[in-house]
Amino acid sequence: MNPMANPLINSGAAPVATPFFFYLLAGLSIVGALLMITRRNAVHSALALILTLLSVAGLYLMLYAPFVAGVQIIVYGGGIMVLFLFVIMLVNIERVSRERQFNRMWPVGLLASCALLALFLGALEKGKSLLPDRLMQIPEASNTQGIAALLYGDAGRMGQYTFAFEIASLLLLVAILGAVIMTKKKI
Amino acid sequence: MVPITTIHYLVVAAALFVLGVVGVLTRRNVVIVLMSIELILNAVNLNLVAFSRMWGNLYGQAFAIFIVVDAAAEAAVGLGILIAFFRNKETIHVDEIDLLKW
Repeated sequence: MNPMANPLINSGAAPVATPFFFYLLAGLSIVGALLMITRRNAVHSALALILTLLSVAGLYLMLYAPFVAGVQIIVYGGGIMVLFLFVIMLVNIERVSRERQFNRMWPVGLLASCALLALFLGALEKGKSLLPDRLMQIPEASNTQGIAALLYGDAGRMGQYTFAFEIASLLLLVAILGAVIMTKKKI
Repeated sequence: MVPITTIHYLVVAAALFVLGVVGVLTRRNVVIVLMSIELILNAVNLNLVAFSRMWGNLYGQAFAIFIVVDAAAEAAVGLGILIAFFRNKETIHVDEIDLLKW
């Protein structure tokens, strides 16, 4: 099939290896998630989650979202997972990795999650006809510029998400205060 | 080969979400439960960015950035609670954390 006639590609150059990279990144992310929920050692779980987060950042790049991919790698991979590794090393007692790892009720949890997955796949199957069959045109300006216009506003006006951005900074302040006060030995 | 559509990304996001739910419901280690919650948030982000690509505007991506910010705040507070609790009772198994006050 002529790649330029593919209605799913609306940019100039036709990608030649899209299915390969999609299946590779999706497979890596799911393998990483499976490893994370089954490992006995918490550090192995954290490393598997980092693999998943990096694969999802690759998927964002395939979806023409480079800024979100960058935010994902820097904030999630470089901030949150490093925090998790610090805390794992603080609280991980040696005997923990030799005790029972799964809840007593794990079959019930697994069954409920399978029902949830069936519900999601059923909803996707039924809603498939509601999605448009051509992808819309991506905006002309660069991705970062577009997100900056949404978050900060441009040309003297407030953006659509400027208020949410300020509230998010307030949320981070509250989280910092909470984390510092909770971990103090004497308040 | 069938071309990669939005539905493919939504299926991957659904699979990651369900794996995160399995992690939350099944594991005894508190840190792994918190990491499974981060996996759930990532699945939601993937869903949002896939739809943002489908519609051609950036609202999904802006929402995804806010979710990343929120996940960072939540991870910090959750791990702070874990450390504060660990100082009192030296356990990280969720089924041993069963008293409100002792």
